[in-house]
Amino acid sequence: MSSMPRIGSEPSKVTRWIVLTVVGLVFAIPLLALVEFSFRDGLGGGYTIDHWTGLFNPENARTYRDLFQSIGNSFLLAAVTVAIMLLVLLPTMILVHLQFPRLRRVLEFICIIPITVPAIVLVVGLAPVYSVVVKVFGGSIWTLAFAYGITVLPYAYRAIQANLDAVPVVTFSEAARSLGANWLTVLWRVLLPNLRRGVLAASFISIAVVLGEFTIASLLNRRNLQTALLQISQSDPYVAAILAVLSLAFAFVLLLFIGRLGSVGQKRSDS
Amino acid sequence: MTNSIPIATPIAPSLAASEGATVNLVGVVKTFGAHRALNSIDLSIAPGEFVALLGPSGCGKTTALRALSGLEQVDSGQILIDGEDVASVPTNKRDIGMVFQSYSLFPHMTAIENVEFGLRMRKVGAAERRERAAEALEMVGLGTFATRFAHQLSGGQQQRVALARALVTRPRVLLLDEPLSALDAKVRVQLRDEIRRIQTELGITTVFVTHDQEEALAVADRVAVMREGEIEQIGTPEELYTTPATAFVADFVGLSNRVPADLIDGVVHVHGSKLTLLGEPLDDGPVTAYIRPEDVALAEQGIPATVVASSFLGSLRRTRVRLEDDSLVSIQHDVDVHPQPGSAVFIRLKGAAVSAVPR
Repeated sequence: MSSMPRIGSEPSKVTRWIVLTVVGLVFAIPLLALVEFSFRDGLGGGYTIDHWTGLFNPENARTYRDLFQSIGNSFLLAAVTVAIMLLVLLPTMILVHLQFPRLRRVLEFICIIPITVPAIVLVVGLAPVYSVVVKVFGGSIWTLAFAYGITVLPYAYRAIQANLDAVPVVTFSEAARSLGANWLTVLWRVLLPNLRRGVLAASFISIAVVLGEFTIASLLNRRNLQTALLQISQSDPYVAAILAVLSLAFAFVLLLFIGRLGSVGQKRSDS
Repeated sequence: MTNSIPIATPIAPSLAASEGATVNLVGVVKTFGAHRALNSIDLSIAPGEFVALLGPSGCGKTTALRALSGLEQVDSGQILIDGEDVASVPTNKRDIGMVFQSYSLFPHMTAIENVEFGLRMRKVGAAERRERAAEALEMVGLGTFATRFAHQLSGGQQQRVALARALVTRPRVLLLDEPLSALDAKVRVQLRDEIRRIQTELGITTVFVTHDQEEALAVADRVAVMREGEIEQIGTPEELYTTPATAFVADFVGLSNRVPADLIDGVVHVHGSKLTLLGEPLDDGPVTAYIRPEDVALAEQGIPATVVASSFLGSLRRTRVRLEDDSLVSIQHDVDVHPQPGSAVFIRLKGAAVSAVPR
């Protein structure tokens, strides 16, 4: 019998470590370079923390006013997008799951579509829509959340659907109704606490997507974190690098939260 | 986690019986697309009665229960609880208690919070709520498990909490949708007897759906045998077993041998024996007779047969023999007699009345 590992078998520990190290370096080197660059003191070769302190120095508030406003815009957009997702997508998915299971495939198809459509194509379609949106709601930045509500659909749908599939939602709702609960109570007191993991994961993913979105905001002439980053990188590359590091760190923490939620749910079901 | 069942305590005054409700299904029809799940069902249940709906998968028993609960809307017919037609009343306003086949405790709540849920929906004050929920848990023998979550309870314990949760609101009707089917055999029997004890003490009208005939016969005052959306026969367990109205009931309730026979002048002729026909009269001619294993005996002389297999069942033994016409017959007999497979024996029919269908 040959000692050669068969195709498809689990790689050895050494192989795993080599692969992990190479992949880790591919990701880590640019990030470390970004961090290193943010501490550089011009072209002299030294390092300074002035770029970091300067960003948060009140004396420079005027300089970075637009930047911080753009960051605020992104957070506002994230909040409105999550609200749209929670108020429109979540109840729709629960309704389809409980009352119209035959529509599940249709809903899934609709929710997956945005991932197949390039942002530029989406904007071409959205531009005339937004001329109407501006007339109805005005040109406020938050209206961009309507478009983002579409772009986050695939990610939010997957996160919620995974949770819906793992919980006997139909049995719980029937049990609650037999005990005298109306539909609103069923949703609030019984279903949502058991869908918490999926809902939180969908919310965090939506926030991460919105904070990283550039194309739609740029082409629809709105200012958010990413458009501001591009703009400021042309005049102050250090600040752009710092903000890129901070936004990546924020997204990383969000992803950690999502992973943590998954593992907590796993431990509980295992016990 | 243990599956042992703690000793349940007597019924607390707060849960004590009120008058059970009468339940009547009148001409209830329910269709799913082209499939008629309930075909004009009529069923009357007396106050405090325990009725089991028994039948094979797809016979409509669960649909009937769900129609009664309001979880399925009926196409036509009346569902009367204490004379009030509730066919169009939503589930949450029907004042029913229900225990489901699958575990339905809310996992984010403790056992006592689960039991309190129905009382909370009825706006019962916190102190009274807690007291009544604790009493309900005591009633099912789980008073010390109040602070446990569902995942810290065994299957049998979860179904007991579900029973307490269904009963704590003192509903007019208790609906049990195969609540024992997910449990192992021993816990199943214990909980079955416990359900019957509590139901008797509370005097609550109860409808119990099961596909397990032994379960239905053991606990119910009356059993309704269902087939293809209709009630084939309803009666006490004894009536169903001893005088099945149709061949389907004879075949489904208890074990029956299907033996080729002839009907002559309304009498069933089987291998030289003349047996009385049960149920509706049939036209003379070849029939298949349904004969219980306990109505057949091994004998010194009689119908020749060959032993196929013999099984020890604890207090009795069941032996399967092949007759000369190639039909197989099961015989229930004393454990001391131990026929060997392949040996030649004689059997005789004891003469009990039988059901039959034309061949």
